[in-house]
Amino acid sequence: MFADYSWTELGSIFAMQGFAGLILFSVFVLMALGLAIIFGQMGVINMAHGEFMILGAYVTYLCSNFVETFIPALFGVYFFFAMILAFVVAGALGALVEWSLIRHLYRRPLDTLLATWGLSLILQQAYRSIFGAREVGVTLPNWLLGSVPLTDIIEIPINGIFVMVLTLVIAVSVYFLMFRSRTGMQSRAVVQNRVMAGAVGINTEKVDRMTFALGCGIAGVAGSAFTMIGSTGPTAGQLYIVDTFLIVVFGGAASLLGTIASSFAISQAQSTMEFFLSGSMAKVLTLLTVVGILMLRPEGLFSAKIRR
Amino acid sequence: MRRLKDLIENRLSRRSVLSGTAAAAMLVTAGAIAPVHADDVNTTGLAVTEDTVKVGILHSVTGTMAISETGSVQAEKLAIEQINAMGGVLGRKIEYIQEDGGSDWPTFAEKAKKLLVSDKVAAVFGCWTSASRKAVLPVFEQYNGMLYYPTFYEGLEQSPNVIYTGQEATQQILAGIDWVAKEKGAKSFYLLGSDYIWPRTSNKIARKHIEKLGMKVVGEEYYPLGHTQFNSVINKIKLKKPDVIYAIVVGGSNVAFYKQLKAAGIDMTKEKPVLLTISVTEDEIRGIGGENIEGAYAAMKYFQSLDNENNKDFVSAFKERWGDDIVIGDVTQAAYLGPWLWKAAVEKAGSFDIDKVRLASPGIELTTAPEGYVRVHENHHLWSKTRIGLAKPDGQYELVYETADLMEPDPFPEGYQ
Repeated sequence: MFADYSWTELGSIFAMQGFAGLILFSVFVLMALGLAIIFGQMGVINMAHGEFMILGAYVTYLCSNFVETFIPALFGVYFFFAMILAFVVAGALGALVEWSLIRHLYRRPLDTLLATWGLSLILQQAYRSIFGAREVGVTLPNWLLGSVPLTDIIEIPINGIFVMVLTLVIAVSVYFLMFRSRTGMQSRAVVQNRVMAGAVGINTEKVDRMTFALGCGIAGVAGSAFTMIGSTGPTAGQLYIVDTFLIVVFGGAASLLGTIASSFAISQAQSTMEFFLSGSMAKVLTLLTVVGILMLRPEGLFSAKIRR
Repeated sequence: MRRLKDLIENRLSRRSVLSGTAAAAMLVTAGAIAPVHADDVNTTGLAVTEDTVKVGILHSVTGTMAISETGSVQAEKLAIEQINAMGGVLGRKIEYIQEDGGSDWPTFAEKAKKLLVSDKVAAVFGCWTSASRKAVLPVFEQYNGMLYYPTFYEGLEQSPNVIYTGQEATQQILAGIDWVAKEKGAKSFYLLGSDYIWPRTSNKIARKHIEKLGMKVVGEEYYPLGHTQFNSVINKIKLKKPDVIYAIVVGGSNVAFYKQLKAAGIDMTKEKPVLLTISVTEDEIRGIGGENIEGAYAAMKYFQSLDNENNKDFVSAFKERWGDDIVIGDVTQAAYLGPWLWKAAVEKAGSFDIDKVRLASPGIELTTAPEGYVRVHENHHLWSKTRIGLAKPDGQYELVYETADLMEPDPFPEGYQ
């Protein structure tokens, strides 16, 4: 299939394809990190994860409209404020949901699945009532559009670079928060042994609320970033939820590192196969491989070594 | 039993009409247009009284498809209100019963049955996806109802119980490819679509036509519905350097595709590659953003920007009814034709009976259609012009070409299957 192309062309394509894989990797990490925190640290299956993402997207939409109308001078940089606001709004809603819904269900983990699924339906209908059933268009500042041409053929999408940098920033922040800070230590202590953590004076309820809010907040940032590459509509969250769960489960629920590894594996496999096969076929093969590996390693790639 | 119930209902409604002077005046006008008794225009027990006739509207207003179907519902309601303001059909006001298909195909079938069996509606305006139409088709055929279906679709269907007011695949595709070959000097095509029946069938027809004209298809790709990552296929497109990207991507994927295409540096405002789509109407552009799709071409039968008197009236009436910030796409216009075509057929038949309306339908003309003149073909599809529009940053299409003659609908195209 490569007979017709020159070596330079092939080289460029492999470079671009590698980059496409990296972008997909960043997107996956961004999608899955919030879910992995909630699922891995608290054991709560948050079916409304996609809706928290879309909340972030709608916050961005409102910001873009607001800035465009009232302070057009700041339009070039509004995206940063929008992402922070998306984090705050989605996190606040997360805290509210934890307080009103999730905390009553910690003893019944499977029921959280139903409760959050119900929540996702409620949120979808709420978006539909507030913003209308149609997709909304988020206007982006010009510097985020287009691409950087490196050679004649190699062109790197600017929004791809943006997503990669953002993912890096968030992943590093999460690392420091979870593994290098007091809050993170408390959170991990609660995961390992809730009763004992409570006994040594950690306010487990507060830790739970913070963890859930953090996961939702990151989902909000992801949703905000995805306005650059995807659609913003009441049900757009559903487009991401399956992939997100796939990544978290494949990576091993309790491990953030596993989430990153599985994002990398799945994104590279998918983008390489998409290049050589058709889109639907690539998806089928990816899913089959994941199913196969999960049969051999039911805990996922990285399982937590805890004696139970 | 049913007959008796109808008789009682008719009596009752007549009595209620006679009480009150305003209503009496109405009876006079109604009488002038329709001197016929309800029993004479309705021999099959439909929900027709002396002064009203019931019809159904069956679309998704919840779920994924609500994005697309909302416009159709608005158009159908507008048409019905306008018809009522003109005195109704055979002197009877149209009352609609709206049901929600909920983006779920079995629900569509269930609601269709409810409309036909319990409500006894004289016609149904509805469905959007082919899947929903296929789901209700057996219901309409079993209970002998009449469906006016608005969406452009893949063809390969012709039911006595459906009038297809959108274009079937060949009408949309052939003229578009002819145009791009002639005007843009295209030699090679990259076919791309969402993975389900409409894009696949359409691309099959497109490929046959492209090869028949001596041009080349350099790639054909399908992605699952809801797919949001198109970087790999965009790289493939860059490698193959086609003259034309022929895109039939739908739904949320559309937004992702055009945003990523732009981000990857494929500039559609340049000479090559030309992007030709049959799936992006003004409605979809709202989600994609005009700046992301600027320079693409669409082949369909209607654009909001069409410059004719019918369309100006239609657009202003639509905006007055549903708000200024609304956009009108191809399917919305086709949905608007439904009630008008039905009205014309009923009046030609002089009866609401489904069988008589069906017999009367072929040959029905509309000179007032926003898209211009349309006529119902023997095969229940519409003769219509195909137009090419150029997407502009404000989210509207600018008309760049229209076929000189009406395109004949050909749902079972020979040599294309």
